[in-house]
Parts: sequence; C-alpha cells; structure tokens
Amino acid sequence: MRSFIVKRVLLGILVLFGVILITFILTRVIPSNPAAQWVGQRATAEQIEAAKIELGLDKPLYVQLGRYLADLAKGDLGRSLRSHQPVSAELRAYLPATIELVLVSTIVAVIIGIPLGVASAKRKDHMVDHVSRFFSVGAVSLPTFWVGMFLQLIFYRWLELLPLGGQLSMSIKLTHEIPHITGFLMFDSLITGNFVVFKDALAHIILPGITVALYPIGLVARMTRSALLEILDEDYIRAARSYGLPERMVLWSYALKNSLGPTATVVALSIGYTLVNTFLVEAIFSWPGIGSYISSAVISLDYPAIMGVTIFSACAYVVLNLIADVIIALDPRVRV
Amino acid sequence: MGEYFKIKDLRVGFKTFEGHKNVLDIDTMVLNKGETFGIVGESGAGKTVLALTILRLLSSPPAVIESGSILFNGEDLLQKPESEMRKIRGRHISMIFQDPMSTLNPVFTVGEQIIRVFRNNKRISRKEAEKEALGMIEMVKLPDAKNIMGKYPHELSGGQRQRIVIAIALSCGAEFLIADEPTRNLDVTIQAGILKLIAELQRELGVTVLFIANNLGLVSAICKRVAILNAGRIVETGSVREVLKDPRHPYTLTLLNAIPRNKGERVNRVNTTIKEERDRDLRGCRYYSRCVEKREVCRDSEPVPGLILGTHWVACHRAFEGGEPGGGQHTEG
Amino acid sequence: MTKSPGIINSIKPRIREIRLSLYLLGRNRLTRLSLGVVILLVLTALVAPFIVPYPEHIEAETNPVDKLLPPSGKYFFGTDELGRDIFSRVIYGTRISLQTALIAVGLALLIGIPLGAIAGATGGMVDEVIMRITDIFLSFPPLLLAIAIAAFLGPSLENAMLAIAVSWWPWYTRLIRGQAVSIRERQFVKAAKAIGTPPARIIFGHIVPNCIAPVIVQASMDIGGVILTIASLSFLGLGAQPPTPEWGLMVSTSRNYFLNAWWYSIFPGLAIFVTVLVFNLLGDGLREILDPKTRKI
Repeated sequence: MRSFIVKRVLLGILVLFGVILITFILTRVIPSNPAAQWVGQRATAEQIEAAKIELGLDKPLYVQLGRYLADLAKGDLGRSLRSHQPVSAELRAYLPATIELVLVSTIVAVIIGIPLGVASAKRKDHMVDHVSRFFSVGAVSLPTFWVGMFLQLIFYRWLELLPLGGQLSMSIKLTHEIPHITGFLMFDSLITGNFVVFKDALAHIILPGITVALYPIGLVARMTRSALLEILDEDYIRAARSYGLPERMVLWSYALKNSLGPTATVVALSIGYTLVNTFLVEAIFSWPGIGSYISSAVISLDYPAIMGVTIFSACAYVVLNLIADVIIALDPRVRV
Repeated sequence: MGEYFKIKDLRVGFKTFEGHKNVLDIDTMVLNKGETFGIVGESGAGKTVLALTILRLLSSPPAVIESGSILFNGEDLLQKPESEMRKIRGRHISMIFQDPMSTLNPVFTVGEQIIRVFRNNKRISRKEAEKEALGMIEMVKLPDAKNIMGKYPHELSGGQRQRIVIAIALSCGAEFLIADEPTRNLDVTIQAGILKLIAELQRELGVTVLFIANNLGLVSAICKRVAILNAGRIVETGSVREVLKDPRHPYTLTLLNAIPRNKGERVNRVNTTIKEERDRDLRGCRYYSRCVEKREVCRDSEPVPGLILGTHWVACHRAFEGGEPGGGQHTEG
Repeated sequence: MTKSPGIINSIKPRIREIRLSLYLLGRNRLTRLSLGVVILLVLTALVAPFIVPYPEHIEAETNPVDKLLPPSGKYFFGTDELGRDIFSRVIYGTRISLQTALIAVGLALLIGIPLGAIAGATGGMVDEVIMRITDIFLSFPPLLLAIAIAAFLGPSLENAMLAIAVSWWPWYTRLIRGQAVSIRERQFVKAAKAIGTPPARIIFGHIVPNCIAPVIVQASMDIGGVILTIASLSFLGLGAQPPTPEWGLMVSTSRNYFLNAWWYSIFPGLAIFVTVLVFNLLGDGLREILDPKTRKI
C-alpha cells in the first residue's frame, strides 16, 4: 500500500515535470515569436534582437529550460504581454471567482449526479434508466457555451428572473461594502453576515453554476451507474438480499459504498474538466475568473497569460487526480 | 404428513441470443421439516441456479422461470410478489453462499454486517443486536469474538470468513437454510470443522438444511437423503445409504469413484471434457455422450424416474433393463 | 501477404461475436435510433451543397435587406446579421464539422497507432519512454491542451484540427499498446520472428492489422467529443474563421445579437448538441455492446 502511494506520488511529480516541459516546448518550438510580441507589432529588427537577449532567447535551449524552471519554482509565470503585469499576480486575482464557480458546480453535480446514476442502475433497461442515461449522455454532449446563452435568453431576457452576468449587481457594488477576507465572495459575505451581498452573489452564480455543472452531472451519473451495475452483480449483494435486508439498504448502503472509489475518482477528474469548461462559460457570463482571463488572452495572443493558465490548470488536474488515487489507496478496505 | 418444502415440475432456462437453454428441469423434490437434504452434482449442473431460484434471486434476464411451483409451508414461492418474497428471505429462508470472500461486503466490518441483519429481522436496538452478534460469532466457534467483530473481511482467513458467512445466514433466524457448497474453497481440515459446525447447528436449532455439494463424500457425512443432479435433472435420489450401497445411475457411480477412500488409492476423475452442452439439446438422456453404458434408446427418449426400492429412485434406461418394476416402460418423448 | 493461421483460427468465435453484437444492437432501441441519425447526418454532409436553399449564403455573400429576420417560410431558421440564411449555413455546417472531426481523429490515429504498436511490440525501455510520454499528455484536462496548442499555432481550422490530434493521440496509443502486448506472444508473431521477418514488417504487417479493430471502434466513438471540441475552439476564436459556416463560430458571432434574435444562436447550438448527442449515444451503446462484462449472457 505504502509503496503504491510512493510510486503514485513519484509518477505525479514526473507527470508535473512533463507538463511543464510540454508547455515549455510549446512556447519555444512552435513558430510563434515571443520577442516580437514583447516589443509590439511595429518593432525594428534590432529591437527584436534586443528583446531576444532581454528574454534570454539567445541562450541554448537547456539554459532557457533551466531559467524557466527556476522562475516557475519561484512562482514566476512571466509577465503579461498586454498589461506587463506578472501573470501570477493576475491569476491570483482572478482565481477565487473561478474556484467558487467550480466548487458550486461540483457540489451540484454530486448532489444530482449520484442519485441519477443510482436510479439508472436500479432500474436498468427500464424507462427510468433510459431517461437518466439519455440525460447524462445529453449533459456531456451539450456545448456549454451555448447552454449559457440559452439560459440567459430564458431567465434574463424572457422571464426576467436572474441577472445576465457578472458576480454582483452594479447597484449592490456601489451601495454596499463588499467584504474581502478570503477573496471568495459568497463565503466572505456569509461569514461577515452581509446577506444582501450574499443573496445577490447567489442570484448571479445560479446560471453559470448550472451551465458548468451539466457536464460533471452527466459524468458522475454515468460513472455511478456503471460502477453500481458491476457491484450489483456481486455475490455480496445477492447475499445481502438473501438475508432479507431491505432493498433501500442494499442499494444505498451496501452497493453505493462500494462504488464510492470510482465515483470519487471521476469527481476529481470532473473538477479538471469543469475548470476548463469555465473557460467557455465565464466569458459568456462576464464572470471575473481565469476563464475570462484566458479568453481575452487568446484573442490578443497574450502567450505568457495563456501559458500561466495552462500550467496552473494542468497542475491542479494532476494534483487532484493524485489526491483521489491516494485517498482510495489509503482506505484499508479497498483491495488495490 | 404435510409436505414442508416441495418442488414440482420446475423448469428454469437461460434466454440467450442463440436461443433458449434449459438449465433446470426438476420433476419432484421434497424436503421434510428438520432434515438435511443433499444435492450433489458437478459445477454447471444447476445447483446454484436451484438455490437462487428458491430465493428468487436469479437475475432475469437472462434467467427465465418457465413453469412449476416451489411450495414452502404450503405457499408457492414462485407466485409471490417481490415485496412478500423479501419478507421470506432471511426471516424464513436464508443461504450460505459458496465463496465467503465475495459473499462478505468488503467495505463493512463483519460485526456491522451481522448487526445489520439482526436489526433488520428482529427489530431490536443496536446494543442488543451487538450482544446477539457477539453470541452468534461465539456460536460458530470463532475465538475472540469481540476482536473479530471489528475486522474487515479481508483481514480474516478463509475458514474464519466461512464461519462468519454461516453466522450471518443464521442471524436471520431462518428455519430453512440453503448451504451452497459451503466448504468449496477450504482446506480439508477446515472443511471438516465447517461440516461439523453445520451438523451441530442443525441439531441445536432444528433448522432444515438443503446442502449442496459437488462431492458425494461430503453429503454422506451430513445428510440422510440425497439427490444427484446432472445437467439440471435429478438422475438418482434416495436415502444416502440406499444410493451409496446400490448406485444405479452411471453418473452416480462416476461420482462415487471420485471419492478418495484410502490413502494412496487412485481416484477416478469425473470426465468433464465432453461438452454436456450437446446433451441438453438432445431429446434423450442428458448424460448420453459421457455415459459408458449408453444404449440406442438413451439418445432418443428421456429416461423416466423409476422406483428401485424404498425411497430410491433412478432415471436411467439401463437400470431397468431386466424388466424390473418402475419406469422401464416409457413413452416416446 | 498470406493469411496467418492465427487469423483463420479466430474466425469461428468471431462470427459468434458478431452475431452477439448484432443481437445486442437489435435489443437497444436508443442505440439503433442514434445509428439512424448518424447515417442521416453523414448523408446530409455529403449532399449539403446541393440541398441547401441558399447556397450563396454559405460563404460571405451578404443580403442586408433581410438581416436578423426571425424564422419564416422563406428562411426556416431566420437570418443572421448579414442577412444570410441560417438554415443553409447550419446544414452546410454538418459537412464542416464531420469533415474536420474525421481528419482530426485520423491524424490522431496516425500518431497514436504506430507509437502504441511500437511500444507494445518492442517492450522494455522503448515501451517505458513512449508510455510515460503518453501519461504526461493524458494528464492535461482534455480541452486545455488543445486550447494551448491552437493558441500557439495561430487561429485557423487547420490548426485546430492539428491541436486536437496532438491532444488526442495518447488515448489510441494506450489502447493499441495493450492489444499489441497480448498479440506479441501469439504463435503467428513468433513464427514470423523465427523466419527472420524484419521488426517493422512484424509490427505493421502482423501486429497492427490484428489489433486495429478496437481502436477504430474507439475512434468512431470519439467523433462526438471531437466535434464538440472543434466547436468550442471555434467559439473561443481558435478554430474556424469567418465567413466559414462552422457551428461554434456561428454561436460565437451570435453573442452580440442573440438577446434580440434568439434563433441566431439557438439553431447552430442545437445542431452541435444533436450531432454530438447521437454520436455519444451511439458510442455509449457500442461500448455497452462490446463490453465483455455486459456481454456475458
């Protein structure tokens, strides 16, 4: 067990290094010209040369890689080509809004996805199963960006129930003091008892939250279904039934507890997907997170910013998967 | 004497894409209250299917119960709705499964699993259930019951696990117990212990046991009456003494020769290389292609059970060749 | 090349396998339905230029008089900000989406199959290196790597396809490696080795043909996901460029108008959804049919 965890952590570190290496190769080998970007469009050849030396691009590749790694180790992701601000500082400013969105949608996904999967497995090949399977496959087939617009159309334009976008209404922003403790707006407003702000923030997160949650709902439901179907075929389930245990207990306790491992993995996995999905959704809802940040970086070809978000998201994904694997391996009852 | 448990004309099949395959075809089988009845047959003979059919736990599809009745205390289990079946399972009929490792839920402690069964079937408080569970573990002769309670299945040995499985099956308080090859994957010494345990418990608690095994030796040690099952059909049945003394079906003989009696004696292996799949499709005897004494008639007509003596019945054409009474005269199927 | 005995010997069980698959397919209504729609989509893609009511609206042709008209008998799906018929553009978009998805998956297979076959057939250090690289690529969230690569290559549909291929091949490598490892030990491969067949011939003449089937099945199941990825890249401005009638791009440009012209974003988005959905349903059904666990009957 311990050796498995050590191996898994070592592999995780190797993978992290590989991720960084790939992003490095992307920035250096692909025919983009960071130096030209750095000095702007109308620069002379001399200026570009000077910029190359300034950015260390004249050095051999392995020296560049060394510097790149050293910078990364210090948390330095370079400077944005647009704002000339450190990317890491900008990321930090945009991150809380994204994390809030990801967390809310993941919680929603677990709350809806697991019962959906259980219902599906319980009545396999019946109507419930068909509907729930259709829904879960549908959820992973939806273009999230379009769903966001669709919801805006319905709830903002037609029903006039919910705000169009942003994290807070302008009027609230102007008339209320916005708490700033952890950077997580809903959390901060809740612990400071600022319920007006909290309510407004809640209204704002509903649409993007649902939009982002759809994909993980489908993922979690599908995984729960297939894991459960496998488990329901096990002898101990048949045995539990032969002891006359109520179906409720057999399904929700005996079977579901055994399927938590694969489900936990898929939740960890889906957080990674969700993070990337926010890239598409945040732009639509003017959500001030790293998704909006990367969308605008993509349009203006701000490579350090794109790279920064890429490295951050990939690392988050690797670490989440690592945690999921280790937690499962730590459980002494699970046969690895 | 009223019949306690009776199977009549039971036919179970598996529906596959290649068509229908019969796996169980039992004309009659009767168990008296308080006895231990043995079923012997090799793997694939339909023993586990029979057990699961009684409990109505066969997954369907692919399994289909085509016809017949299983009378238990005068009520037909096959006609009961699932909700009533749930009340029968555990409280009245319970089962010891063959593989203790896969029968125990890996994510709960064994104590928890026993307690849950107790609480469900007796409606008692958790404290009481804990006490009962401790008693039950002691009853199946496991030392240090308190310690065992807190263990997960994978922390126990094979023999310990099988005892726990028995304990859980008994915790239901069932009066009818199906033991499906409870000693299958155990060492010989542990096998003997488990057999002794089942026999003792049966005597003490007065439960009726349907004991399923792949080995006549085991059954003769614990049962009074036995039925031999081949390819879903009972080919010979009677008291253990009758069957062992005067085996009439060639298949029973093969099974008997497979029991090691003395040290160093060579054991005849049951020939399982021939696919009995083919035999199921025949109109005749399902032992046909493996039988060493087959006749022309065996291929085309199904042998009807005929009485040998006392309670001893056999379904074989050869057994009545001398024109003995019983089922010698058969009609074309 | 003569047929190896391994192939001949495995024909009989294969026929049974195929019959079982057809039986399971026949039982699953949802899968059958999605197969029908997929066929319909492919046909639409093939004949799109000939059946759309306004072929001239597919590209840049503008028609300002009729701009942003709601759906009507004249324009089934309404018109966009340049007065182009959205119905014609959505129908034609089928062709673009299917084509790009096929090419992207094809490219991914082109990278993935040889690498996986080499890794599985050679084993040892080569295997280790290839598979660790594969692991690294697989540890990016799926869409992320495509976004990064597409951003660096510069926005265009071709680059988007390339970006998807680069982020997708590891799945096929992993799959084919597993197959190759088991086939490596089979008699006909050993026989080929014994008579001195060069390694490249063994890999591409014997191993690849014998393990390609599941990979092709997987690839066809992936089409839905790839179509969605292309649309997402285009939405971000990293894929198709105007005036290409690509669905994701159409939804993206509709952002400035959709609150007052719902049809503009609804129809292209619906087209993405339906296409991806039927491919995924089909893939899901096929997976179930081919899964050994559900096959045991």
